[in-house]
Amino acid sequence: MESQLLKNEKFEEIKKLEKVAYELRVSVIKTLTHAESGHSAGALGLADIFAALYFKFLNIHPENYQDEKRDRVVLSAGHVCPILYSTLAKRGFFKEEELLTLREIDSRLQGHPHNNSLPGVENSSGPLGQGISIGIGMAINSQNKNLNYYTVVIGSDGELNEGQVWEGAMFLAHHKIKRLIWIIDRNNIQIDGYTKDILDLGNIKNKFKSFGLEVFEINGNKMEEICLALETVLAIIESPIIIIANTIPGKGVDFMEYKFEWHGKPPSKEEESKALKSLEENFKNAK
Amino acid sequence: MNSALSYTPDYQNLKGVREGIGDELLEQAKTHPNLYVLTANLKESTKIDKFAENNPERFFDVGVAEQNLAGISAGLGLSNNIVFMSSYSVFSPGRNWDQIRVSICYSNANVKIIGGHTGIATGKDGATHQALEDLAITRVIPNMQVLTPLDYIQARESVKHAILSKSPIYIRSYREKSPQIFHEEKNFNLLKPQIIKEGKDLTVFSSGPILFEALKAIEKIEKELNITVELINISSLKPLDSTVLIQSLNKTKIGISVEDHQISGGIGSAILEATAEEIPVPFKIIGINNSFGESGTTKELYEKYGISENKIREKIIQFLKRNK
Repeated sequence: MESQLLKNEKFEEIKKLEKVAYELRVSVIKTLTHAESGHSAGALGLADIFAALYFKFLNIHPENYQDEKRDRVVLSAGHVCPILYSTLAKRGFFKEEELLTLREIDSRLQGHPHNNSLPGVENSSGPLGQGISIGIGMAINSQNKNLNYYTVVIGSDGELNEGQVWEGAMFLAHHKIKRLIWIIDRNNIQIDGYTKDILDLGNIKNKFKSFGLEVFEINGNKMEEICLALETVLAIIESPIIIIANTIPGKGVDFMEYKFEWHGKPPSKEEESKALKSLEENFKNAK
Repeated sequence: MNSALSYTPDYQNLKGVREGIGDELLEQAKTHPNLYVLTANLKESTKIDKFAENNPERFFDVGVAEQNLAGISAGLGLSNNIVFMSSYSVFSPGRNWDQIRVSICYSNANVKIIGGHTGIATGKDGATHQALEDLAITRVIPNMQVLTPLDYIQARESVKHAILSKSPIYIRSYREKSPQIFHEEKNFNLLKPQIIKEGKDLTVFSSGPILFEALKAIEKIEKELNITVELINISSLKPLDSTVLIQSLNKTKIGISVEDHQISGGIGSAILEATAEEIPVPFKIIGINNSFGESGTTKELYEKYGISENKIREKIIQFLKRNK
């Protein structure tokens, strides 16, 4: 039986990560408002997962980002990069002021991520569906050189429209790629509308299972669930794992939540203050 | 009148560019433990089967999935490996151009793309399998180098160069065996155009096995018109060293290129881009003229699509007459 002390420690850690996620959301809103362009909904929805990955589970930090044993995060849905940039800045890869150069000329923070521009960005993405294949290549490298690092691919439900992801899924199952975790952000929206209206994905979990892959499904906005899932899957090293993370697009900002209209646009200056207020209230209420 | 050849073609001993690539990869695997070769279900016909047999842990056949092929190659290439991905050019870079552009070239991943079965001479498979646009779609991508080896030994040198270079490289390969002309690696510098024969009245540029059709046409024309023609082989289309090209055009004041590729965007276009500002001269591009191919023998296809020895000869004579 877990001791009360251990329970308290875990509770404190969860609370700490929730606070990080809240701060990342604030950062995303400020960054996007300043850039006057960019994708809000997916970036907000993924804040909890990014907080858990970079502030608890993965071995990636500013001192080791060129070390060949570091863990890799491959962002496949490149348009949600504001959450990646805010996370990297908070983790100390670069100064937080630089976030305000997002999408500006001469900036290292490109509208869609470029691996050679910014420390901590492993791959270039934008055209959807490419990340899983890159992640497989990196995971084969880990395996063949006995480096034993983890590769975490972060994709989305919308990008499952792309044929390449299914080529990757077959390869994953056939070769039982080790230490690869594929997190699919299931937020039910894409730029043109709700995923079920544009191109119905059906039962994603069963689809991947039928490929012979192991699939977990979690609430991707509940820190306790995220942590439990990551703890579990990081211990499974013999086969690839898919985590379908059900998230709320625009999470934390009441007027953005669940609305596909916020997939591809930033808040205006006026909306920024409303959004920050909403984030704060929701964070306080959750405590 | 025939000017002397700087290199002598051996028309008896035919060997393939694809065999050269396969043999060199097998060789290089011994000294490069981080060399990977991947294919999308075309192991034997792109001649990487020997590498696969000898290095099973560094070989992957991803199935008929060229997008995944490019992505896995990128992931490996971004992790301190040297990766060759080998398929037919119509599929790779044809099918997976976006993956090559973003995952490989924009990311500057250490990946080499071998495009097999290029040109119209791909046996009887027909238009879907004839890569006539590959040079146009590869050389246009930033960070990408483009190599166009002429014979077996140049193919081997292309692989060696690709292994030493860290950038993405496209290597154009062919189905048909072709005459050998360079014989030894010391006879050429892959990155500089080679003057196959010197001449003073016309410069002909070419690349790949179609060069031998051009050579035969030129040898006839020299006798018929009592002129000498310079023939230059392009083995590196990008970067394209323009010094030799400009020197030659300065001398002859008229140029023609011959290629087994669409006229648009290929060898001739690249030469004009590299020389027109320095030395604007009358210039004709002989190639496939905005058309798909079809099934047929190499001989029939070259004739019908205007790049046989005979057609090249006619087009050169016509162009010379117009520009007297």
